[in-house]
Amino acid sequence: MIEIADVGKRFVLHNQGGAVLPVMEGASLTVAPGECVALVGASGAGKSTLMRMIWGNYRCDEGSIRVAGVELCNAEPRAVIALRRQSLGYVSQFLRVIPRVPTVQIVAEPLLAQEVGEDVALARAQAMLARLNIPQRLWALSPTTFSGGEQQRVNIARGFIHAWPVMLLDEPTASLDAANRAVVLALIAEAKARGAAILGIFHDAEARAAVCDREVDVTRFTPLRGEAA
Amino acid sequence: MTPLLQVEALSKYYGHHLGCADVHFTLWPGEVMGIVGESGSGKSTLLNCLAGHMPPDTGRVIFDTRDHGPRDTVVMTEAERRWLARTDWAFVHQNPRDGLRMNVSAGGNVGERLMAVGARHYGDIRAQAEDWLGRVEIDARRMDDRPRAFSGGMQQRLQIARNLVTGPRLVFMDDPTGGLDVSVQARLLDLLRGLVRRLGLSAVIVTHDLAEARLLADRLMVMKDGRVVEEGLTDQVLDDPQHAYTQLLVSSVLHA
Repeated sequence: MIEIADVGKRFVLHNQGGAVLPVMEGASLTVAPGECVALVGASGAGKSTLMRMIWGNYRCDEGSIRVAGVELCNAEPRAVIALRRQSLGYVSQFLRVIPRVPTVQIVAEPLLAQEVGEDVALARAQAMLARLNIPQRLWALSPTTFSGGEQQRVNIARGFIHAWPVMLLDEPTASLDAANRAVVLALIAEAKARGAAILGIFHDAEARAAVCDREVDVTRFTPLRGEAA
Repeated sequence: MTPLLQVEALSKYYGHHLGCADVHFTLWPGEVMGIVGESGSGKSTLLNCLAGHMPPDTGRVIFDTRDHGPRDTVVMTEAERRWLARTDWAFVHQNPRDGLRMNVSAGGNVGERLMAVGARHYGDIRAQAEDWLGRVEIDARRMDDRPRAFSGGMQQRLQIARNLVTGPRLVFMDDPTGGLDVSVQARLLDLLRGLVRRLGLSAVIVTHDLAEARLLADRLMVMKDGRVVEEGLTDQVLDDPQHAYTQLLVSSVLHA
């Protein structure tokens, strides 16, 4: 479901003397349906960069990234938008919302985009919030004033509300207590069982061991620093 | 699928001064495109050429009309363009005073657009106006008040109701939250986002605000000195800008 071949990327910082930073070269990996793969490697090795290139908010300079059969390198915006609506889910580390929108609406939004009826979408959003132990009195409020852990759970609820065939998870268990961490691990296991292909970054080694089938060390895709002529 | 709007080699000069030059893009049904850039970069010139408010010097603006399929709006008759402006198109001005009739009641402002496309039954017009005031969160009891008695945020919501009541397929917006307080902006953004999704609207939105562009637009065009310097998926342009000017624009945003 995710097929990455010979992907390379560099940043050109035009306003900092045109500095060129090669950040990735020769990146290749695949994730099959029902499989969960962890990206590992030291901070700065390129785990997040690779995730963003698959999500499509970082441009891919060379190589090929195919997600659910769609080529993302140099894709038209509408191809990426359609892929995100139908096939590709992303649980990021931060929640980005319009201040006054209620939590339950934020969680239901990916379902509303699927043309699921509003009643069904809201009912499923409520069930997901309950499962992630967000108190019912908070559902009608905007999450902007919630604690970090609560915001992260709202983010996870939104990420798991739809049965995406491909999912990207960026530290899904960070800042969660043991009970909520167990809920998230169960959600990941259920997604795998229904055949989702999952790629994630998990600093939490126990969580990684519990749900990931294998690891890919991105250090081997990191260009050697300071040796570029 | 037929593109809703196809713009080819569009240029506009004011005498020797460049308004915008050699703009190309294709907008598909359901897409929302943002145009960002500093004042004087040609954003509003481009928007006004697209919406038929001023003729471009060169180029084609091909719109997929409801009745006759793709037509170049630049070479249409003025009457045809005005019909489009009342039916398939909507234009939301930055200053609501430019888009509203200040001496006509709120209900009248909404009803007038319906009458312009042939609605005649008073009861139906009033009922539709009331429905639309509700959708933009204006209390029905304010229906007979004139817009000058409204706050800036309410006036802007009324302008949106007036524009959307006839079910346009393409909405042009010129910095719709520009003159509003931050607290009112969030409400309007949420409202616009909901309307765009529920009605499946396509839109071209000029904005100064990159955060607003991220929330509303699927794709983004960055303009500088009358030219498009970068375009693409909104979060790709904002998170991984390629052009020197976009990099400067994105890195200049202050975070509260």
